[in-house]
Amino acid sequence: MSRPAVDARHVSMAFPGKRAGEVISTLDNVSVQAPEGQFVCIVGPSGCGKSTLLNIIAGFLLPSAGQVFVEGERVTGPDPRRVFVFQENGVFPWLTVRDNVGFGLSRKSPDERARIVAHYIEMVGLTGFEGAYPRELSGGMRQRVEIARALAASPDIIYMDEPFGALDFITRLKMRADLTRIWQAEKKTILFVTHDIEEAVQLGDRVLVMSKRPGRIVDDVPIDLPRPRDLDAPGYLRARDRIFHAMGMSAHLGEAAPV
Amino acid sequence: MSASPVTEPIVPPAPPAPSAAPPASPIAPATVHRLAGERRSQQFLSRYVLPVLVVIFALAAWDAAVRLSGSTLFPRPIEVAKGIIELGRQGLLVKYIAASLFRVTWGFTLAVIVGVPLGLFMGWFTWAANALNPIVQALRPISPIAWIPIAILWFGISDAAPVFLIFLASVFPITVSSMAAVANIQPVYVRAARNFGLSRMQLFRRVILPATLPQIITGLRIALGIAWLVVVAAEMIAVNSGLGYLIIDARNAGKRYDLVVAGMVMIGAIGLILDILVRRLERFDEVRWGYSRR
Repeated sequence: MSRPAVDARHVSMAFPGKRAGEVISTLDNVSVQAPEGQFVCIVGPSGCGKSTLLNIIAGFLLPSAGQVFVEGERVTGPDPRRVFVFQENGVFPWLTVRDNVGFGLSRKSPDERARIVAHYIEMVGLTGFEGAYPRELSGGMRQRVEIARALAASPDIIYMDEPFGALDFITRLKMRADLTRIWQAEKKTILFVTHDIEEAVQLGDRVLVMSKRPGRIVDDVPIDLPRPRDLDAPGYLRARDRIFHAMGMSAHLGEAAPV
Repeated sequence: MSASPVTEPIVPPAPPAPSAAPPASPIAPATVHRLAGERRSQQFLSRYVLPVLVVIFALAAWDAAVRLSGSTLFPRPIEVAKGIIELGRQGLLVKYIAASLFRVTWGFTLAVIVGVPLGLFMGWFTWAANALNPIVQALRPISPIAWIPIAILWFGISDAAPVFLIFLASVFPITVSSMAAVANIQPVYVRAARNFGLSRMQLFRRVILPATLPQIITGLRIALGIAWLVVVAAEMIAVNSGLGYLIIDARNAGKRYDLVVAGMVMIGAIGLILDILVRRLERFDEVRWGYSRR
């Protein structure tokens, strides 16, 4: 395998607890390698540290131990070549859709900027809403603006931290289909964190399963299925059940499986 | 996913949104129009007619109270109105209002120039807040009235004294609200901006300033109200024009209580107009996101 786009080595994270001397360990010796162009999902129960891991990889947090390399460079902070899509929606409410999408393009000429902005607004299906403000949009549309903003900056890697977590069920399904289509067109490396197993299996080339705190990678499930994915295909169901099992749950009851 | 915005915009969005064709509804379009019209006229009644009725009622109650008490000094509304007209004929009304507005404009503008940067600075740098907040919080509760002797000592009998008092009254609310505005910025905006590699200057201009603007404007509105409140007290000393001066002068020169109340009415009316003007700022698209719908 050639040099991975993302290479997190033996990352651990611990916070001091409320009581003196207490240490809360959220990540325990986690290593993640993602080759260029791969869509990697990281799934785990809430509080397992998957979001912390993504923030460390993106450079927003420094790990207590371990190192992160992206494109062979040590990560020391956030970088415009890798864009983060936030769960809580980081679209700027004081800017129109057009200005939000063009936010990372201030160094481009106005013409080129307009061209790129129009291209990505169309890609996420927001044509006609260029002049609208985020408060005039639904939650799903705002998340589309954020994805378009990330793509417009032409990053090598996109980090997504439960980007559809706040959306309703139908909107999430639609957003997954659209994200798959966009990823197929753009071929970016994507690291996608979610607590939703179905979402991970529908989206990823590969699903990393994390244990509950302190988070460790307990399984690495390849999803070698054609897209768009058939949610009844045996391969899909096998992968899903394997992830459920890795998380210590039964796929059918949602309860702890008898070991 | 629905194509039309979920939140109902107060003003329809500018873009040619896939036209919001009314969903198939058992109600005929004509009925919908009529209902919408009724809602508009109800809003008109409640927004404009109702407050006017309340003012008329208050004036009538005032008039009745003066007549029942048999007071000869306290003016009736009609006498106050005549007083205002008299002041207008003498050219004093415009002169005094202009003088008061002039002082407020200067004092308030200076307070904005000092208070907004100071508040943003204190909000952004923890060490600056640690260093300066105790002083700000200790100076803030000192009434501007308490500064009157010092203002006279420093500035003598000139316009500078009331301008200084108005500055003092409004600079602290502006500073404190600007500082709070920075503290209230959603961290996700700063993180997104850092992700795009903005320099410190760009971060300030493109994120910090627009993110804090709604709350800064609210602070300005409160501070302008206080500035106007203080102008009267400030004009009771050391000046010979302005609405505050009018009130004291009318009382001292012949117990003209009709003019005293006329001055009070003018202060109230102008205060109301100032508030309406500042509220206009809150309607700009760049800041409207920062206010919950009223």
